[in-house]
Amino acid sequence: MAENQKILVCAGTGCASSGALPIIDILKEEIKRQGLEETVTIVGTGCQGFCEKGPTIVIEPQHVLYTRVQGEDIAEIVASDVMKGERVERLLLLDTETQKPVTKMSDIRFFAKQHRIVLKNCGVIDPQRIQDYTLRDGYKALEKVLKEMKPNDVIEEVKKSGLRGRGGAGFPTGLKWSFCQQTPSDKKYIICNADEGDPGAFMDRSVLEGDPHSVIEGMLIGAYAMGVDEGYVYCRAEYPLAIKHLSIAIKQAEEAGFLGDNIFNSGFNFRLKVFAGAGAFVCGEETALMASIEGKRGMPRVRPPFPAVSGLWGKPTNINNVETWSNIPHIIRHGAEWYAQFGTEKSKGTKIFALTGKVNNTGLVEVPMGTTLREIIFDIGGGIQNGKAFKAVQIGGPSGGCLPENMLDLSVDYETLTNAGAMVGSGGLVIMDETTCMVDIARFFVNFSQKESCGKCTPCREGNKRMYDILDKITKGEGKIEDLDTLENLALTIKETSLCGLGQNAPNPVLATLKYFRHEFEAHILEHKCPAHVCSALLSYSIDADKCKKCSLCAKNCPANCIKGDKNTPYVINQDECIKCGTCMDKCKFGAVSRS
Amino acid sequence: MEWFTITIDGREVSVPKGTTVLEACRMNNIPVPTLCHDPELTPSGACRLCVVQIEGMRNLPPSCVTQVAQGMKIETQNPKVRAARKTILELLVANHPLDCMTCEKMGNCSLAEYAYEYGVKGDVFAGEKRDLPVDNANPFIIRDPNKCILCGKCIKACTEIQGKSRLDFSFRGFNTQVGPAYNIPLNESDCDFCGSCVSVCPVGALTEKQMAGKGRPWEVTKVQTTCPFCGVGCNFDLNVKDGQVIGVTSNPQAPVNGKALCVKGRFGMDMIYSSRRVTTPLIRKDGVLVPAEWDEALDLVASKFREIKDAYGPNALAALSSAHCTNEENYLMQKFMRAVIGTNNVDHCART
Ligand SMILES: Cc1cc2nc3c(=O)[nH]c(=O)nc-3n(C[C@H](O)[C@H](O)[C@H](O)COP(=O)(O)O)c2cc1C
Ligand code: SF4
Ligand code: SF4
Ligand code: SF4
Ligand code: SF4
Ligand code: SF4
Ligand code: SF4
Ligand code: FES
Ligand code: FES
Repeated sequence: MAENQKILVCAGTGCASSGALPIIDILKEEIKRQGLEETVTIVGTGCQGFCEKGPTIVIEPQHVLYTRVQGEDIAEIVASDVMKGERVERLLLLDTETQKPVTKMSDIRFFAKQHRIVLKNCGVIDPQRIQDYTLRDGYKALEKVLKEMKPNDVIEEVKKSGLRGRGGAGFPTGLKWSFCQQTPSDKKYIICNADEGDPGAFMDRSVLEGDPHSVIEGMLIGAYAMGVDEGYVYCRAEYPLAIKHLSIAIKQAEEAGFLGDNIFNSGFNFRLKVFAGAGAFVCGEETALMASIEGKRGMPRVRPPFPAVSGLWGKPTNINNVETWSNIPHIIRHGAEWYAQFGTEKSKGTKIFALTGKVNNTGLVEVPMGTTLREIIFDIGGGIQNGKAFKAVQIGGPSGGCLPENMLDLSVDYETLTNAGAMVGSGGLVIMDETTCMVDIARFFVNFSQKESCGKCTPCREGNKRMYDILDKITKGEGKIEDLDTLENLALTIKETSLCGLGQNAPNPVLATLKYFRHEFEAHILEHKCPAHVCSALLSYSIDADKCKKCSLCAKNCPANCIKGDKNTPYVINQDECIKCGTCMDKCKFGAVSRS
Repeated sequence: MEWFTITIDGREVSVPKGTTVLEACRMNNIPVPTLCHDPELTPSGACRLCVVQIEGMRNLPPSCVTQVAQGMKIETQNPKVRAARKTILELLVANHPLDCMTCEKMGNCSLAEYAYEYGVKGDVFAGEKRDLPVDNANPFIIRDPNKCILCGKCIKACTEIQGKSRLDFSFRGFNTQVGPAYNIPLNESDCDFCGSCVSVCPVGALTEKQMAGKGRPWEVTKVQTTCPFCGVGCNFDLNVKDGQVIGVTSNPQAPVNGKALCVKGRFGMDMIYSSRRVTTPLIRKDGVLVPAEWDEALDLVASKFREIKDAYGPNALAALSSAHCTNEENYLMQKFMRAVIGTNNVDHCART
């Protein structure tokens, strides 16, 4: 093919872990061997959003996505697709409904319904090259702001866009900026919160890895608007690639004059530092985060004073999430009206969700606010794996709640989800099918919160532990029906009396499951049954003597060695010794083992 | 000063701007239970026992860190507030060794007091309890982390009163502890043993070793006095039982020092009963120190001063005084040397 081609190889953390890095080398070799170096460029990009199917490769301009690419596939991809324009069908994704290979990336259901603003560059540009960013209008918004706009104009524009904080609480960003701007001080700070501690969430990591300059540009614009000359990105140390790409980006931006003194000859100065956090979930809470930067133990403190009045080192400080900052350049470039056309009346723009669990397509999904859960799970996510039935969706991580089937048509926006007992939160979406036990899920999330509680305030430190104890008892079949009232009262007290958002939201998974799946709790307590067959203490395995062919397979494989029988006697399980691993049931070829 | 009119439990009161809800309640004799609050320390709002309900405010705000606002309507005792406080106490007691019978703090323990008031028995959340080693390795302080309710006051006392920052939180969640770094015993840390931490601990987690087993609070008479050890002049309470001084506790009303004391003042008062204490003047006669009357001793000193002054002049004499003495005593000393003896040879131990 004559025209210039680009091969975008995802080198994000997800694909790197499934083997993308050697593939880039192999690809380079192959392109060289075929003498295509002049016409084909290889770009190592950030996350393309489909990590579970990684390593992923996109060939442009054909716009073909290949998934689960291995080193040995490279020669074929180059020979057929790159050189002859013929697709390598076996590496194409199958449509979740028609089961036919999809040749154009934009026709893949996972991508078709997405609207990518923040993720526009992710998976497309080389995040280690500032030119890739500037070629796609990067730092134009900064230039516009410094040359044409007054600080107040910028704040007004952000206010008008309707952008709300993507870190969880959804506070209007423009309003927050105006607070910090209005506090008089000789020194102010801005911070980018990249602590991202919610289990399952990885959008902030992907943005920093795949498009770090968009965050830097957003922060520069904010700094100008609020009169700030110094900023920090607080990034968890578990994100080495994000820290690396961000550090490279900062250096390149400094060299290009976008960071430092007298930017665009405007007299505006701004310096940005990266601070690696030690990975405590609570350090994502803004006051704990600032304590951590100050070298103190990461523990939240009472607000007020809010950071806008007294933040880092006692100075006025504005803190926003990665995704919030990354939205800013787009708003400035295209205008507030453009941005506000996406979303609902009160929740504007798009939001990135990390779709995981028992859904066919998992990965990062950016959709306009107001999209329904059903669209995300079934249209984009391609429905539930293995044809099982949908049971619940957990939104907002350990601070969120589980919503049942009849709430799938809810619109995803701040108010609707909070009213339903869940939360947009950081945007984790965990899909659960009929094999998930809701008591067990509540226990899982409470266990996370109780372990991550900073220990400062009584209700969170002691209360979450006791919620966990009660839930644990129920999953073991030792619960009493009165425990449900104790649990609910305790949950409400923790919510109402805890100091920070961790404690105030930790009971949400419990309250929501109690509300929507109470029957499952009751089944555990009253019938000593786990309807989803998950809680091992409530399961029992038995062998149907009539169906048992006395093959001894079960007994041979039982790790507890608790199945007895012989050629003449059907096999029997000793219930006292059985550890309920289910191996016998998997091994029996005659369906003689059953679970109840 | 700007004043706000607010309503507490249906009663209209006026308080100055900048007052916390807790202070407003206390000014008006409305009781609010607190565990982590101390007027001498910066507020932390950690224990959450002081929660109240305030009209228009989300959740139950802690009164100790909530500022009053004009027209605020506060309820301190409604069933919801009381139930929340009771749950918080239940949670604390569930993770607490209930050995009040032998606990030094018994009779003076905030946790026990509020548990009694709120009818908390510790059975609601019965389950796992901490089982941590007690630090008893030093002569002054017994630190029992199992009784610690993690109010954080000792941390602030050590940092804000003593300036040492020997204590902090460690671990997270149910495993959270308060103690010296790496949980080393206090005597291996850089602790001054000033006991400021002990003086603010609301429970029996930090107690005075000297007083252990010596008497119950209700058997003890507190006698306010001035520390004899140095010129700072700290005030504290001698704890007296059956005519015997069994120890020292801070007196928060002490004008000079508040609750702060140093190791000598707080833990050195056993010197009262030391057999090695000098209780009368001693005069060396034929190489042996012999007890004498004050008059005899003073006459002897005066006559020797005169002898020296007459023989060698006033500058043959010099006086060195001590930081143990008050400013007034030090003043008198130099006055005596200058006006009576006639020399400027005065010095002070703290000068070098
Ligand atoms: C326990 C806890 C953890 C949090 N973790 C994060 C986090 O990882 N990332 C984040 O951006 N915000 C997190 N937040 C929210 C921050 O406190 C803060 O509200 C946010 O960074 C503000 O930015 P925004 O206005 O752009 O959302 C957390 C809050 C709590 C209570
Ligand atoms: S709510 Fe939990 S995490 Fe937040 S301050 Fe209290 S103990 Fe710490
Ligand atoms: S469930 Fe596991 S332990 Fe129990 S009988 Fe079957 S194989 Fe053995
Ligand atoms: S600290 Fe208080 S509640 Fe605890 S054992 Fe001692 S007296 Fe009882
Ligand atoms: S005795 Fe004094 S120095 Fe030692 S830990 Fe307590 S407050 Fe700190
Ligand atoms: S030792 Fe006492 S003062 Fe220190 S945190 Fe524990 S209960 Fe509070
Ligand atoms: S010796 Fe210590 S306690 Fe006594 S007065 Fe001096 S500083 Fe205060
Ligand atoms: S890391 Fe490659 S698609 Fe996410
Ligand atoms: S006294 Fe107010 S929170 Fe502890």
